[in-house]
Amino acid sequence: METRSRVLLLTLLLAPLTGCASLHWPWQHKPVAAAEAPQDGSEPVAATPRIIDPQVARRTIKVPKIDAKNVEFGSYYGALSIEDFGSNPVYGLRAAYHVTEDFYFEANVGRSTAGKTSFETLNGSLQLLKPDERRFSYYNLSLGYNFLPGEVYLGRNRAMNSALYLLGGIGSTKFAGDQHFTVNFGAGYRVLPTDWLAIHLDMQDLVFQSDLLGKNKLTNNLGAHLGATVFF
Amino acid sequence: MAHSTSTIPLIPPSRSTDRRRFGAGWSLALLLCVAGLLAPVAQAAKEYLQLFVAEPYLELHIGPGRGYAVTQVVPRGGSVDVLYRRTEWFRVRSERGVEGWVSQADMALTTRADGSLFTFDFGNRAGYQSHHWESGVFAGDFGGATLLSAYLARSLTDQLGVEFTASQFLGNASNGYTLDLGLSHVFAPEWRLSPFVTLGTGMIHVQPKVTLVQQADRTDQTAYVGAGLRYYWTRRFFVRAEYRSHLVFTSRNANEEIDEWKLGLAFFY
Repeated sequence: METRSRVLLLTLLLAPLTGCASLHWPWQHKPVAAAEAPQDGSEPVAATPRIIDPQVARRTIKVPKIDAKNVEFGSYYGALSIEDFGSNPVYGLRAAYHVTEDFYFEANVGRSTAGKTSFETLNGSLQLLKPDERRFSYYNLSLGYNFLPGEVYLGRNRAMNSALYLLGGIGSTKFAGDQHFTVNFGAGYRVLPTDWLAIHLDMQDLVFQSDLLGKNKLTNNLGAHLGATVFF
Repeated sequence: MAHSTSTIPLIPPSRSTDRRRFGAGWSLALLLCVAGLLAPVAQAAKEYLQLFVAEPYLELHIGPGRGYAVTQVVPRGGSVDVLYRRTEWFRVRSERGVEGWVSQADMALTTRADGSLFTFDFGNRAGYQSHHWESGVFAGDFGGATLLSAYLARSLTDQLGVEFTASQFLGNASNGYTLDLGLSHVFAPEWRLSPFVTLGTGMIHVQPKVTLVQQADRTDQTAYVGAGLRYYWTRRFFVRAEYRSHLVFTSRNANEEIDEWKLGLAFFY
């Protein structure tokens, strides 16, 4: 009795399963078209056209961008002759943007500390300026012009590009507790050991009006610098 | 010798062609001398634009300028990778690994892989008419003092833009700076010489000269109205001349008016 009822229940369970096999469940792969092709090599019947919907994602061809390396950034160190206050070390930062092969714009900031006038040195204790007023800081916006391009040879196996340049512009100088409109002009020599590195040797005169020592006069403050910049 | 893929030296090797460029070791040593400098981005595996020589040959200069010597050429059919550019000069590398500089005029005669001529957009009048940003520097006069000024503008439409201006003035009696924020309106952006008007507000900081007068520094609010002309020069550059009338809202009895005249060079991008 028990065996008979077990057989009945099992039969009832298995009966729907045979039907399930004929259904297409989502996890089942659809039959491959090639598998349906006749095995004897004959062509598929033309009466059953297969619609092919090519869903090909078109490759977008990206044209590689050409990087611009017109910007030059670096620093310099040198000596600045501050009129009436002796020669002193100067250091600064320089950034340039090359517009054409001939012209470029340059912005630079620099700082130095003025020494003593000969009057102060002779008088010993007398001080014209407070220590913080001796700080000499300036910025310039200039236009540069490259000329005499060439190549320099270092020994037998090394060649480096070089050029001379002229530079002139305007800016501001802060010195002795006062700010002065400043005109600058200069010239320099640029040598490029590689295409991204430049070594500069330059002279720059900062000209401004000053009435610090009693009378209003035009002061010339000539600096000579050695610097390096990187192109990027 | 496969001429189609080689690079021909023009000068006998004993001249400059066999001179190695300055060694990397030396360059590194020199770079380390410069404190705080950024090293150039490492040349990672990067895809470069490949161009084919269509003229009899392509001249490679040793530097980015017409005055630098031509020491190598790439013959017709050869190809070059364009590494980067400086101003109107392109740094290229031939299939044999020889690098050099090619002028824009010579580059315009090379072809892309599909046979079309190479073109490069250095900026043009269309960009002058319609762009997103512009920036520039000025020199001029600010109520008798010398003025140095810089501005940055964001275009809202071809005609309307928001401008931020920072200026420093250096005079006989006082120094100071101004900061302005305002709107500008260009009447006919498609004209090469086009007039514009500006309107805005800002602040002024005045520092009287210590050697002349003993006065305290002062900061006041300002408003300005102005007009000017801009003229397209070349590529991405234009000249800009401008007048602004500033009204300074002082804490004293009367307000102050200052005239500002300036001329400068600007570029758009």
